[in-house]
Amino acid sequence: MNQTALALSPAPAGVSASPGTGTGSRPSARRERAAREFRVLPGFGLTLGYTVLYLSLIVLIPLSAVFLRSAELGPEKFWQVVTTPRVLASLRLSFGASLLATGINAVFGFSIAWALTRQRFAGWRLFDAMIDLPFALPTAVAGIALTALYAPTGWIGQLLAPLGIKVAYTPLGIVVALAFVSLPFIVRTLQPVLVDLDRELERAAESMGASTMQTFRWVVLPSIWPALLTGVALGFSRAVGEYGSVIFIAGNIPNVSEIAPLVIMTKLEQYQYSQATAIAVVMLTVSFALMLGINGLQLWAQKRRRQR
Amino acid sequence: MRRSSALALCVLLACALSLSGSPARSAGSPVTLLNVSYDPTRELYEALNKAFATQWLAQSGQALQIRQSHGGSGKQARAIIDGLQADVATLALAYDVNALSTQARLIPADWATRLPYNSAPYTSTIVFLVRKGNPKNIRDWGDLVRPGVEVITPNPKSSGGARWNFLAAWAWALHQPGGNEATALAFVTQLYKNVPVLDSGARGSTVTFAERGIGDALLAWENEALLATRQLGPDKFDIVLPSWSILAEPPVTVVDKVVDRRGTRTIAEAYLKFLYTSQGQEIIAQNFYRPRDAAVAQKYASQFPTLKLVTIDDTFGGWDKAQAKFFDDGGIFDQIYGQ
Repeated sequence: MNQTALALSPAPAGVSASPGTGTGSRPSARRERAAREFRVLPGFGLTLGYTVLYLSLIVLIPLSAVFLRSAELGPEKFWQVVTTPRVLASLRLSFGASLLATGINAVFGFSIAWALTRQRFAGWRLFDAMIDLPFALPTAVAGIALTALYAPTGWIGQLLAPLGIKVAYTPLGIVVALAFVSLPFIVRTLQPVLVDLDRELERAAESMGASTMQTFRWVVLPSIWPALLTGVALGFSRAVGEYGSVIFIAGNIPNVSEIAPLVIMTKLEQYQYSQATAIAVVMLTVSFALMLGINGLQLWAQKRRRQR
Repeated sequence: MRRSSALALCVLLACALSLSGSPARSAGSPVTLLNVSYDPTRELYEALNKAFATQWLAQSGQALQIRQSHGGSGKQARAIIDGLQADVATLALAYDVNALSTQARLIPADWATRLPYNSAPYTSTIVFLVRKGNPKNIRDWGDLVRPGVEVITPNPKSSGGARWNFLAAWAWALHQPGGNEATALAFVTQLYKNVPVLDSGARGSTVTFAERGIGDALLAWENEALLATRQLGPDKFDIVLPSWSILAEPPVTVVDKVVDRRGTRTIAEAYLKFLYTSQGQEIIAQNFYRPRDAAVAQKYASQFPTLKLVTIDDTFGGWDKAQAKFFDDGGIFDQIYGQ
């Protein structure tokens, strides 16, 4: 148990443990002073107060409103609403397309981050700045731009059309839009870790006769794994909730290319507030479970590294 | 000392606030009205607002500024229910205006009787917009279900215009020889099989069809089709009039709760009455909506060919029935998409 706690938060545990263990026999006043010196922000009570207040106002109260509203339905009706084929299809699409998009981004986002930190090519700063564009661009603009590009009349669309590949107005288009909006999350979480990565370790592995694949698998990957997972988790949660860019490119055909946020919007427009929030509750719960799972995976990876 | 000055400031602020919202407006101080409308009426109300503001200034000496808000009809109704301070609502269909009464009691239940023609100062209908020269030879509703024909229409769950489209198609099928509920269902199901994109609003569909080049026929408001051909070039699109269509009556109403609170009832009512004047009707016709006024209709007869039109009340028993049967959850539209 104690070991897990240490593994959970190694840095703060180490910091707070040292004055306690090292100065066991000294007067308590000095110990307190020593502890105080580590504080960057004002007292614990104040920061905790702020944390609770802020979290309540910004996160907890709105979220509990969602849960309360959906509770109006009663469990039976709730289940009926969220298990209609159309809602299930939209949930599958939203989560499936988001997983696929973040999966693709995990690979390409990594290579982009790698290229930007390890290589210095002409115009890399420009590329580096461009990564943030999906953050800055209103998502509706992104959706319109992507649709114009990938529609059968668009630049890319007309090249793909003779091959029988349709992107705009199909689930594939949704994946493209979601990959666009979630890319910076993965690149930006990986970059600082890659910068900090000790290249001596890679050289050491090489000098010990490891192949490049082995070095990557056993030296690089374990160090960036937690950051990669964080990036994927952030990108994924962004993609699941994405509405603005997707509705333009999706086609929005029920059971085929209709995402869950659109079903929520449609329900709202039909004045079915509690039904809309019921779907929202399902999305929240699934997202939360996935986040928990990813966090768990991260912990497990960290623990394993520490044990080795 | 400091406390009392803070108190004074509060009182002053409160006065200023209550003044700005008080009914007792002196002539000459500018008044604002908010008109919350549906998607394709932007150009119409821009023209109407300008004309009415000029008239109001001349008549009462009061400067008037009318702000407009546009979006899908259902979305706009929801915004008003959720607290958007609309003085007047001018939506795509009576069902959405009804919601202001049933969902939030913002207007009385008999709102439709307060102005002539069920509170609908203009009408429109549903027509087809096709590519120039009509390459797929689309003449009537029946041609839309041919294999290989792609039809663009918005989602009737979110778009008022799309509900008119759906009902017009249904009505045509009913009026075919041997037509009944079953043949109508089969026809409409086939029709939606040919729809590759369901946008959430009428403007979205127009963009998909006109700008993205998707589809062979766009089911559109007549006013939207006329506007698209004028604005995007008559060399790109043709309008096809089907044998049967539906009389769309977009209603208008004053939002009682809002105008009584803001003290704008007189001016909001005058604004809506202006829509029925010959000047208002003229502007309506110029913006491709069918006018109610006989004289104005006569003048613009060439722009609006006569069609066989069904009405929502005669064929479908009113909006509430039509909504419940076709568009509510588990209704016919949901059945079409396999529920």
